[in-house]
Order: sequence, then C-alpha cells, then structure tokens
Amino acid sequence: MAHPRLRAVRGGTLGSSSPSLISPVKLGALLLLAAPALYARAEAGPATLSIAGALVQWAPLIFRGFLLNLLVSVLAMAIGTALGIGLGLLASSLLPPVRAAAWLVTQFFRNAPWLVLLFYCMFLLPFELHVFGWTLPLPDWSKATIGLALPVMANVAEIVRGAVQSIDYGQWEAAKALSLTRMQTWRLVILPQCIKRMLPPWMSLYAVLTMATPLISVVGVQDAMAMVRAALTSDGRPELLIPMYVMLLGWFFLYCYPIARWTQALERRYAVLA
Amino acid sequence: MDDVAAWLRWLNQAHGINLSPFYDAYDGWRFVGGLLTTVWLSAIAIVASIALGIFGAWLQGSPRTGVRRGVAAYVQFFRNTPPLVQLYFFYFAVGGVLPRLTDAHGAQVPPIGSFAWAAITLSLFAGAINVEIFRAGLEAVPRTMVEAAKALGLSRFGVFHHVILPLALRISLPSLTNNLVNLVKTTTLAYAIGVPELLYASAQIWSEEFNVRETMTIMLIAYIGLVGLVVWGMGRWERAWRIPGFAP
Repeated sequence: MAHPRLRAVRGGTLGSSSPSLISPVKLGALLLLAAPALYARAEAGPATLSIAGALVQWAPLIFRGFLLNLLVSVLAMAIGTALGIGLGLLASSLLPPVRAAAWLVTQFFRNAPWLVLLFYCMFLLPFELHVFGWTLPLPDWSKATIGLALPVMANVAEIVRGAVQSIDYGQWEAAKALSLTRMQTWRLVILPQCIKRMLPPWMSLYAVLTMATPLISVVGVQDAMAMVRAALTSDGRPELLIPMYVMLLGWFFLYCYPIARWTQALERRYAVLA
Repeated sequence: MDDVAAWLRWLNQAHGINLSPFYDAYDGWRFVGGLLTTVWLSAIAIVASIALGIFGAWLQGSPRTGVRRGVAAYVQFFRNTPPLVQLYFFYFAVGGVLPRLTDAHGAQVPPIGSFAWAAITLSLFAGAINVEIFRAGLEAVPRTMVEAAKALGLSRFGVFHHVILPLALRISLPSLTNNLVNLVKTTTLAYAIGVPELLYASAQIWSEEFNVRETMTIMLIAYIGLVGLVVWGMGRWERAWRIPGFAP
C-alpha cells in the first residue's frame, strides 16, 4: 500500500466512502466573494477605493506571486520525484548497506520540519555555483525550490518503497522463472504495477507541497503570501486584512481542492477489493 | 561539566566549530526555553486536535444534513488551504479585528497572543485531518462485529461504547501517529508570528553567534528527537491496546 503518512495527511483514504462534501464551487465562491462583498459596504473615504476595488487593484500583483508559488511547486515536485524514485529503488536494493543508507536518508528528510530544511538551504547553499568555469547564479527562489524538493524526495522514496513492497513476491519469482534479469523484472513487471498504486499518494503529496509553498515567504522569497503582506502594509487599511487573506486562501483552495477530489476518485478506482 | 565546556570553547577557538548552546549558559537556556515552548505548543495542539477529531467524527454521524455539511466544510477548508496562510489569517486578520484589551499597565494588548493563536490554528488544522482519520476508523469497524454485539442484546449506546469505539480507535492509531508527527513538524510555523519556539530561539542564537551551521544542526537533531519521541509513544500506545488475533 501507499505510505500511510501521505494517505493520512490528506485523510479520507482508509474508509471506502467519501465524506458528504458541499459543492466545491460553492465553498470556493463563498471564500472568494463573501468577505469582500460584506466589507464593500464599509464606508470608504472619497479618495480611497472600496474594499472590492482595493482587492481588484492588488489582485494582479498577488496573482503574479501566486504563479511563482505554482512554479516552485511544479519544479520542487519534478526534482523531488526524480531524486525520490532513485532513493526508493535504492531502498529496495538487494545489498543491505545500500538499503540501510537509503533508509537513513529517507527518514532524516521525512522527519525534519519543512521550514527547517528551507532555512538550511537558504543559509547554507551558495548564491552562485561554479561549474566547469561557468558561473551559475542561484537566486533565492531556486534555493527555496531545492529546500522544498528535499522533503518531497524523501516522501516520494517512501511511496516508491511502499508500492514495491506491496507487489506480491510471486511476481518476482514468476519473472525469474521466465528467466528475466533483475533489470528486466523491474522494467517489465514491477514498476508498471507500482505506478497505479503510487499515483494517488503522489498527487496528495503534490497538494501538500503546494500548500507548503507559502513557507518560502518566511525566508524572503516574493511569493503570493509576501505580496499580500506588502500590499497590506502599503495600504495600511485594517479593514482590508480579512478580505485579502480570504482571497489568497480562496485561490489555494480552488487549486488544491480539485486535486484532492481527483485523488479520491483515483483511489476508489484503483482500490483493491479485499 | 566544566571540562566539557572548556573543551567546546577550545573547539570553537581552534576549529571554528561553535556549539554555543552547549557551553554558553545564556544560549543554552534560550535553546532549552525554545524546546520547552515547542513541546508545550505540540502537547496542547495534540490534545485539542484529538478532541476536535473525535467530536467532529461524532458530529458527522448526525442525522442533520446541515451539521454534516458544516463539519465537511470545516474539514475541506483546513485540509485544502496552506497552514501558514491560515496562521497569518488568524493572527493578523482575525486578531487584528478583535478589540484590544487594556492590561494592568494601561497598555493596549490583543486579547489573544501569538502563542494562543498558534495553538488554536494548529489544533484546527490537525483536528480537521483527525476528523477524517476517526471517521475512516469508525467506518472500518466490521459490520459483523456490530451485528454480533446487537445479537448479544447490547443497547445502541452499548454497541457504540463497548464495540465500535474501542475498535475504531485502534484502527485509527497508525494514521493518527502520522498526523501527530506532522503536527509536531508544523509547530515550526509559529516562528513566522514570533512565538519563541525552538526555531525562533535557534534563529536568535545563530544571528548573534554567527554559528548558523552548528545551531541549525543541533536544532534539526532536537526536532528529529521530538518526532522520534512521538513515534515511540504512539507505538507503545498501539502495543498496549493491541488485541491478540485482531489485526486492523
């Protein structure tokens, strides 16, 4: 089975039926519209914009930050998945020392807080790399991406290891009986069966990662969260606080909720009936 | 003790490895204070989120559609939005709107401080996931057990109290462990609103001592130790409650 922590993070995977959900569009629309609408009536001086007006004014800037959040999430997921598959396969190695080392690395990066790993990368990576005479600048957002990719790597490794372990041992023996090499067994027998089992927890991990991306604002990257704080500081209007945060929460919700529903649907489809 | 401190000072002077929390009393107490704040914050959030989870799972069995929808909305909101934005939302937005109180010195203070907001947000966040975990546990209790209990003449409450709940809790424990580990890791977010927890205390130390690498490593080991403690404790709980022959 997929790794329990990831399943637990998104929850709702142990039981068979989905919870009674209210329509996502309704909740999303509520988050997006209700608060500004409520506050739009609050009196605004002749020179200042209404609350809705201020939101519209700031939205493009914040949305550009939000796109950076999404870019970081996609890149960190890609890097983390590539490294994690390698680590997960090492954790399924036949050599005990390799297995032990892979286990240690996985446990370390899985149990360390994400924000702490982010601090590590921000402080300890250089601001530029020298490779074969080339100077490769490492801007803050790229260091943050690496910082987020590390825990993703460890979680992907656990997903891979769990999926490989869930394949019945008879499959290995049958492949051997067909005189497939170990490499062929991996490529033709084991991995194709693993992909189905890995997909739902992998998607959950992506949603968790996306929701972790605002952490990069804590270490100084100008993402959507940082933009919201900057906009609020520059306007200095306390009545904007709730609408602005609700707008950002709404955007993340509209992005992550469909992923969660899709994951649930895939889980039901791939569920093995005992 | 003095010998160890002297050796650590020598290590700093000779090799530039500055493990100041271990020889400098001021840094050491700051670090311990941060660690205790993290433990305290985790403990409050663990207890509150488990209570919320059980209460929410119980409410989801309600015959009223409105109640079930309300719980579902709560769960979906907290599971599908970033924890950091939730924390900022509660601390800056909700906390900013609340009326100020006047304290004994006549200063205007917010009614809920940063530590309390961190505890509230973390409890709500982890509680939402616990609702799902406990609901899944309740659903996973085999129907035959319930039927057998009914056949023995147990009342509706008796069936829930003596059969469903004990089994559901045991089924939920592995997922609960994972969520609580996640919760302990998430307490680091309180750094962002200035709660003096472990990450905050460590950041203070390394910005004064310029020993980022060393302090970060000590902090990371402390966090991994804390997570290990939670895993160990939950493992003991699981073993203590194990029913021979019943494998959830």
